[in-house]
Amino acid sequence: MTIIEETSSVPTPRQGDSDTTPLLEVRDLHVEFHTRDGVAKAVNGVNYSVASGETLAVLGESGSGKSVTAQAIMGILDMPPGSIPQGQILYRGQDMLTMSYEERRKIRGRKIAMIFQDALSSLNPVLSVGYQLGEMYRVHEGLSRKAAKTKAIELMERVNIPAAKARVNDYPHQFSGGMRQRIMIAMALALEPDLIIADEPTTALDVTVQAQVMDLLADLQSEFNMGLILITHDLGVVADVADKIAVMYAGRIVETAPVHELYKRPAHPYTRGLLDSIPRLDQKGQELYAIKGLPPNLLKIPAGCAFNPRCPRAQDICRTDVPVLEPVTEQDGTELPGRGSACHFWKETIHG
Amino acid sequence: MPDVIKTKTDATTDAIAPPAAGAPETAAEGHKSQGRPRSLWGDAWYDLRHRPMFWISSVLLLFLIIVAAFPGLFTSVDPRDGDLTNHFLTKPELGSFFQPDWFGYDGQGRSIYARVVYGTRASILVGVGVTAAVTLLGGLLGMLAGYFGGWLDSVISRITDIFFGIPFLLGAMVVLNAFTERKVYVVIFALAFLGWTSICRVMRSSVITAKQADYVTAARALGAGTRRILFRHVLPNAMAPTIVVATIALGGYISAEATLSFLGLGLADPTISWGIDIAQGSKDIRDNPHALFFPAGMLSLTVFAFIMLGDAVRDALDPKLR
Repeated sequence: MTIIEETSSVPTPRQGDSDTTPLLEVRDLHVEFHTRDGVAKAVNGVNYSVASGETLAVLGESGSGKSVTAQAIMGILDMPPGSIPQGQILYRGQDMLTMSYEERRKIRGRKIAMIFQDALSSLNPVLSVGYQLGEMYRVHEGLSRKAAKTKAIELMERVNIPAAKARVNDYPHQFSGGMRQRIMIAMALALEPDLIIADEPTTALDVTVQAQVMDLLADLQSEFNMGLILITHDLGVVADVADKIAVMYAGRIVETAPVHELYKRPAHPYTRGLLDSIPRLDQKGQELYAIKGLPPNLLKIPAGCAFNPRCPRAQDICRTDVPVLEPVTEQDGTELPGRGSACHFWKETIHG
Repeated sequence: MPDVIKTKTDATTDAIAPPAAGAPETAAEGHKSQGRPRSLWGDAWYDLRHRPMFWISSVLLLFLIIVAAFPGLFTSVDPRDGDLTNHFLTKPELGSFFQPDWFGYDGQGRSIYARVVYGTRASILVGVGVTAAVTLLGGLLGMLAGYFGGWLDSVISRITDIFFGIPFLLGAMVVLNAFTERKVYVVIFALAFLGWTSICRVMRSSVITAKQADYVTAARALGAGTRRILFRHVLPNAMAPTIVVATIALGGYISAEATLSFLGLGLADPTISWGIDIAQGSKDIRDNPHALFFPAGMLSLTVFAFIMLGDAVRDALDPKLR
């Protein structure tokens, strides 16, 4: 399992804890869903780690297993039909999958919090936002109703909600989309957790509000020195905020790299295809590149490399052998720290 | 390539940040004029206040409840006091309001007006008592079945099916036959014992819907325990259909009590109930319809008031049904 060491030794551009164990480490995680049509393998051996103060962006299209991995970390996977046949999720070196329900519950919210994609449906419509924010303090810290409300107002001010005092008793539907997402962020931040998982936090928002929300998230992250796992399919969002990127395809990590390295020189044909699909100003009038084909059916993932039916570089070996995540090096053999690619032809992709 | 992305996102961030700070403030100002924040229940109450149906039924019910609680305020006559020599089946004196002879006298020389007044208590008690019991029992079982699912759901749902299969009145007769005493609480028990199933099913299905909502997952992801999720996040969002079904069913329980009493299986003398009076009045319907008409009319009015209230509540809580 050279992969593990490879991914966990990625240098952190933002300085985190001097602690050698990473904040969160996912090891060889597998997640399956047992459906009537067979076993859907949503996650097939994912490895990644996050340190304090670091931002890991998990990139991938719908169905690549990025959200399922996050749900497995949070322990909110629906089991059944889901199951975790193998793998470890280590929080500060402790395997969360072997913990009791109560132990895990104490970590949720207090140590690891999650920001959801759709803020409207993730807020309870019958409770005021002040109540829901204050709930964090009442449940986890046993504060009184009044003290919790004061804290809730502070939180709302911290995420830049104007007139927080006047709006604390409002209900979720009375807020705009961006404001609601701020409330979700405030809720996740309430107990100053070590790690925040943001599952496509900006997907439901328009582009202008997206930028504000991402900025807010980045500010708060550096203020509290939190780890952040940013799950997204938006390459533009990632470029600004992330330190390192893990690209997922069909439940596997196909490439890892520090953020700018990835944009400069992708080492996997899938990543290259994604980058080529971004509309660019200098290509005005030309047809936009698209990766051919569709993501694989998780019930029958192609043999060999899962990407082979869509890959422009596919050879016979790609249809038989599953490529492992290998360290990527310069042409002369110099190591590129933190880089890895699960492609038989990574050399040709990055250097050719 | 990275430059393109970088400059693009930077541009958006810079261009957008300043107006964004101002924009929400206008929203906040607009909000102030709007007054109190509106919750689901707040909205429902607002809606209710603007429905004449709600006010008519509420006033009617309030009046009936006062009658039930303090029958002595409305008549000074003992409803059990029969005077066969002077009042045997005397016709009603419709002009003498609130007097013992207002509705006439029955076949035992008792004031029908006094009996109607005193009979209110039994009906209201049975209606409210059965509804409360049914809502508690059915609601709790339905909530547990819906939230936990699995074998618990299977067991509770099968028990519900079994009880649902028992004909309501027939079952109530069998239960009531087991008791020698025919007091109000016995009737409440018999009706509640068989009536909880529909509430249980309604609650189960709405809990299943509510528990799948994202905010429940979010609450779990933020470390909320099962009890908190159940009572704070699932229940308030699943309660509305149950309340509607319970309010509408209330009228049905009152008429079920009257039916049982009419058949001689529910309440029995000396308890005063409209159902008993209807049974007695129906024996001489051709010559003395008043002995039947007044208790039956009161029963209809009460059931009508409850059903009207239930309708208004349903419309207020579920705008989609309008």
